[in-house]
Amino acid sequence: MAGPALSEADAMAVSLGAVTKVYDNGVAALGPLDLDVRRGEFVSLLGPSGCGKSTALRLIAGLTTPSSGVVGVSQRANETRAGHAIGFVFQEPTLMPWASVQDNVRLPLKLAGMPATEADRRISEALAQVALSEFAAAYPRELSGGMKMRVSLARALVTRPDILLMDEPFAALDEITRFRLNNDLLELWRKLNMTVIFVTHSVFESVYLSQRVVVMSSRPGRVSAEFRIDTPEPRVEDFRMSASYAAYCREVSQALVPSYSGLTSA
Amino acid sequence: MSSSRDFVRFLLPVVVLAAGIALWELVVRVNDIQPYVLPGPSAVFQTLVADWPVLSESLGVTLLTTLEGFVAAAIGGVALALLFNQSKWLEYSLFPYAVILQVTPVIAIAPLLLIYLQQQTAVIVCAWIVAFFPVLSNTTLGLNSVDRNLAGLFSLYGASRLQTLRYLKLPAALPYILGGLRIAGGLSLIGAVVAEIAAGTAGAGSGLAFRIAESGYRLNIPRMFAALLLLSVAGIVIYGLLALISHLVLRRWHESALRKEN
Repeated sequence: MAGPALSEADAMAVSLGAVTKVYDNGVAALGPLDLDVRRGEFVSLLGPSGCGKSTALRLIAGLTTPSSGVVGVSQRANETRAGHAIGFVFQEPTLMPWASVQDNVRLPLKLAGMPATEADRRISEALAQVALSEFAAAYPRELSGGMKMRVSLARALVTRPDILLMDEPFAALDEITRFRLNNDLLELWRKLNMTVIFVTHSVFESVYLSQRVVVMSSRPGRVSAEFRIDTPEPRVEDFRMSASYAAYCREVSQALVPSYSGLTSA
Repeated sequence: MSSSRDFVRFLLPVVVLAAGIALWELVVRVNDIQPYVLPGPSAVFQTLVADWPVLSESLGVTLLTTLEGFVAAAIGGVALALLFNQSKWLEYSLFPYAVILQVTPVIAIAPLLLIYLQQQTAVIVCAWIVAFFPVLSNTTLGLNSVDRNLAGLFSLYGASRLQTLRYLKLPAALPYILGGLRIAGGLSLIGAVVAEIAAGTAGAGSGLAFRIAESGYRLNIPRMFAALLLLSVAGIVIYGLLALISHLVLRRWHESALRKEN
């Protein structure tokens, strides 16, 4: 699977080897799952609700531990990095309602003990990246759903992570907002050179965003199919209207059907 | 629209109050009821003015006791909840006794406390016993109501226990703590009064509740009413102050403090 070249660019960012997760109540949620994600790659995990894709993401983030198997996450040495190599965006914006936008974004830096002046610079940079500079002093309740999600994204970006993990981040947003955030995310990914692992149950979103779509089946979750989306970058809104996009979506949807038929008992 | 509605909401209870007072005065005058049976509102008010030196001093005593009991309850309740939150063993060991302390009527405990403690201390302890439990249980509830994903975020970024407590758990629990304090304010007044009455029957004390008991023995009914009125007003002011503080602290972010829009 890995290419012959061993250059820095081809190194793995995330490598899951025969990972399983069995919950305390005996439910096998995941695996065995094998997944390798190259550095700088944009990968989507696609599957029905409850197929373990969120569990896989939480395993990579270290928010939960595997029952068996190996979770490998690369840690690129970088002396200017204060904070964390992994950024996580939840399905909900998960903001602290008592803190302003800038204080929410500040959180990872504050926990890492970064000096305030350096932190302030990073915060305004992150807020500029998600086009929220004017709302630094606002409180979460004063923002729309899409803006809250941008704050959440800025908070993940503020540590300048190598790997961005996103757990159905745009699922609760309206379509227009979601499309805009999709484009913004792609632009950030290109600019910041991150590895992105994006969990979604939307075929259209996964095809539009990713270089590789990993389709998962459920109970326990494992990889049932993989698709490479070889569309020249940069992708823009035109891609959504193209014939190749429709063809990819059809192909991926068909691969997803068995995943859902396995769920009829649920 | 909404301001006229607010005005009506304010006006209606005032009208009811005025009507009640007028009716009371009327009944007393028409039936020529003696003040030692039922004083009219005007007689109560005259007594309030005439006895103000005595009553105001007693009010000061009761308020000080209430405040001391309240502060002890606030500190004790929050501190116990924090301890319980850090150690489940401690919580399992001690929580049942907090409940027992809460469900045993304080009026039954007060005489015992008065035997073992100095009177002033006993009164404060009574106020504390009644008031600390809502602070404890509300704070515990708040500390346990932290958003699961936010807790995950804190652990992802390697937050220490102290950081999690300070930046996540305490702010998340704040609305609950303030709710507990609002209840505790009124309860510590009740605790102070109960203890004063218990102490008063033992022959000492100078708080408002003692004045009520003392006036009862002397059939000085107007003064009983005047003291009762002061206690009521004190309770209302305590509640209002705590509600105001709660509103000021939470107004930027918490649902309870937000004006209903749309």
